[in-house]
Amino acid sequence: MSTLRTYVGIDLGSTTTKAVVLNDAGDVIGRGITNSRSNYDVACQVVRKEALVRTRFTLTREAISGDPSLAEVEKAFLSSLQRNFLLRQHLDQLERLQEALLTAADDPRHGAHRRELNATVENIVDRMVERAAVHFSELAVRKSDFFRDLATADYMQLAEQHSDPRGITFDMLCGLFDAAILIVENATTQGSFETQLRGALEPTLEAATLVVREKASRLREVVEATCCADIVEAGTVGTGYGRQRLPFPKEQIRSEILCHGLGAHAMFPGTRTALDIGGQDTKAIQVDADGLVVSFQMNDRCAAGCGRYLGYIADEMNLGLHELGPLAQKSHCRVKINSTCTVFAGAELRERLSLGQRREDILAGLHRAIILRAMSLLARSGGVSDEFTFTGGVARNPAAVNALRELVQENYGDRTLNISADSIYTGALGAALFARRAAQANA
Amino acid sequence: MTAASPSPRVPTEGDKEPSMLLQKQMIAGHYTALSRAPQEGRKVVYTFVPGNLTELLRSFDLLPVLPEINALQSGMRKLSGDYIAEAEKHGHSEDVCTYVKCDIGMLKKGNIGPTGERLPPPDLLLLSYTGCFTFMKWFELLRQEYDCPVAMLHVPYQSEGRILPYHVEYIVQQLRTEVIPKLEQVSGRRYDEDRLRDMLRLSAQAEDDLVWVLESAKHVPSPIDAYFGGVYYIGPMFTAFRGTAEGVSYYRVLREEVEGRLREGLGPLTPEGSQEKERYRLVMEGPPNWTSFREFWKMFYDEGAVIVASSYTKVGGLYDGGFRHDPQRPLETLAEYCLGCYTNLGLPTRLALLERYIREYRADGFMINSIKSCNSFSVGQLLILRQLEQRTGVPGGFIESDLVDPRYFSAANIKNRIESYLQMLDQKRAGVNA
Repeated sequence: MSTLRTYVGIDLGSTTTKAVVLNDAGDVIGRGITNSRSNYDVACQVVRKEALVRTRFTLTREAISGDPSLAEVEKAFLSSLQRNFLLRQHLDQLERLQEALLTAADDPRHGAHRRELNATVENIVDRMVERAAVHFSELAVRKSDFFRDLATADYMQLAEQHSDPRGITFDMLCGLFDAAILIVENATTQGSFETQLRGALEPTLEAATLVVREKASRLREVVEATCCADIVEAGTVGTGYGRQRLPFPKEQIRSEILCHGLGAHAMFPGTRTALDIGGQDTKAIQVDADGLVVSFQMNDRCAAGCGRYLGYIADEMNLGLHELGPLAQKSHCRVKINSTCTVFAGAELRERLSLGQRREDILAGLHRAIILRAMSLLARSGGVSDEFTFTGGVARNPAAVNALRELVQENYGDRTLNISADSIYTGALGAALFARRAAQANA
Repeated sequence: MTAASPSPRVPTEGDKEPSMLLQKQMIAGHYTALSRAPQEGRKVVYTFVPGNLTELLRSFDLLPVLPEINALQSGMRKLSGDYIAEAEKHGHSEDVCTYVKCDIGMLKKGNIGPTGERLPPPDLLLLSYTGCFTFMKWFELLRQEYDCPVAMLHVPYQSEGRILPYHVEYIVQQLRTEVIPKLEQVSGRRYDEDRLRDMLRLSAQAEDDLVWVLESAKHVPSPIDAYFGGVYYIGPMFTAFRGTAEGVSYYRVLREEVEGRLREGLGPLTPEGSQEKERYRLVMEGPPNWTSFREFWKMFYDEGAVIVASSYTKVGGLYDGGFRHDPQRPLETLAEYCLGCYTNLGLPTRLALLERYIREYRADGFMINSIKSCNSFSVGQLLILRQLEQRTGVPGGFIESDLVDPRYFSAANIKNRIESYLQMLDQKRAGVNA
């Protein structure tokens, strides 16, 4: 197989780290995302590896699509292979989690409970392995793709079932998990792509229909070729808050403003104004017809009104982050929230709840409060021009999008509002485009 | 795209130029004179930088104390955080001007000045009311503390963008009927106009050299940084040394140094040596942050950014607009000086000035440092940003910090903003293929 030249963009955000891989033509052929977990070195390695793994997947897909003899099995085979691959990765992580849990359980401070604790942990992890198959089954809807999120939810639930206030307590089990999950997340050796893909291939073929199995030898060849494909990173650019931590020379580091501007422009070439609401900052960016930034504003002294604000509110309400928007959308009577401070907004929330106001109405008010702050930055940066592209994690929240749509209409009139399903990757995409430009200019 | 940063080097006394050592000596001497004033029977007047009447005070042998300078010095010496906390303990709100709180806090903690010597209490508070409306409240607080006389000089705001004859008459009248009589009373000396004229003559000489130094930044590349370096250059002029022989010799030495830098093709002097490559020429609006002054400066010089002109260095007088103290018209010239300070200018005049700087100094961009606790400066800055961009086609950047409250300097965010802005300038230069 010939060499594939790729360009990698990495966006080290405060909450998540993202990577995008482009080919020579500028098509996105791989993406990766992980929790930033205050350890940018690890996050960077993990995300880069994941994006390159996805790139190999794209190669597999392309090879299968390009082979007329495989046309009828393409769809069924690929989706099953992908699920099995994710399951394989998840099981590898679980194996490491078990190791870390047992090491933590072995600590002398657990004294007489050590043996019993070991047994409980093994029992819980066995159940987690059983559940893994369900998470990655064909019709499963996963709330999150992060190992930490899935493992935490499962472990906590099982720990509650398996704990005993007079023996192995829930707190003891939580303590073990807190220590172990960090070790698993900070390990950068997550098994090789080849082993995981080969490991996924056999179960996929075994469970496949006869039609697929008839093509087994050709499919094996294709997968094998993908495993051996030579992928070269011809350029890498890093961006985001942690960019100074990237092990790159300075010229390979760009500010997230330029990357978001260029990324938004690449996703929607008509973009003239971009708004990005990320974990800790909100950026209002004006770009020209080529995607070059002409002006920008960011929140400076305080990060209230950013993604973390929603995270905090979700915690306060004991909800998942992704549940906030849909719940807020059920509101018919929005409550006005005045607080500009995240912590005070939490206090206001509790006050409103105690007054008997409905959760959805309060949440609708909180979403509007966030967007009002963003509107002020947009105004500072030069307003909202057509077309207007909304990016960042918060762009996936339907209630935030609705509030934005309303306020833009009120203040600036009709504007085309673009939101991509992949908007969280905007910064990484911009960075990858910069990497490609630089490499091609030097070539 | 980015040049390698100059390698960090620990600055030594050898890096300091004679003008720096001279200024250090002058300021130390002044603080020592202040600390000895009560024993030596010298009288002290507290007054503000914008619209300060240093020559007039000196002509009565009075010593000036500038509370803003004490506050910024405390900021640079990392003392302001404690002083502000002290003032807040005494009931001053978090949102009040941090110069005021730093000053009040310093007072409450024994009024030890920036050099470690005790500052004398004022014999008079001379309130020059030039554009900053907090000044009045500030001295109201000090009067409660010190129970001393106050002389009020009301300087009319330049609402029409120029100085009108009745403005000057109004100030001269206040000087004759309010300020001079009080200075006579406090000092026990008669007003001596000839002495004042002599001092004003010295002021004008020093002002010529200061303007020459500031305008040397029109040269590409610039031999000076007109903001981070500029705040040192204006030191003697804006504080206690206008109208003195020391002031004249300081500005002569400084000018010769800058002439030397020009001849040798050297860039601005930074704490890490001469700045080697000028990659961006910027105009700066707004005061600097003092608590992280070096760190803030480094964010610019590491990237090769040089500030070629700034509005802050005009708060104590707009000399590059052509004004010089005129010994022929002593009181009128003081009036015109007060009226012309940057803080006393309306928005259209500020805009016009910044626009002129961008054009005359061939700036690639301009940046606004918006100060959280300074309403006088901050009002209208976003308007300035938009309008300047429209008028000049040069992009503006916006950062936010504070004067001397260390809590409002978020280094990571500010650095991020500056880098983003400079990369935006790069991109603008290089076009699509950046």
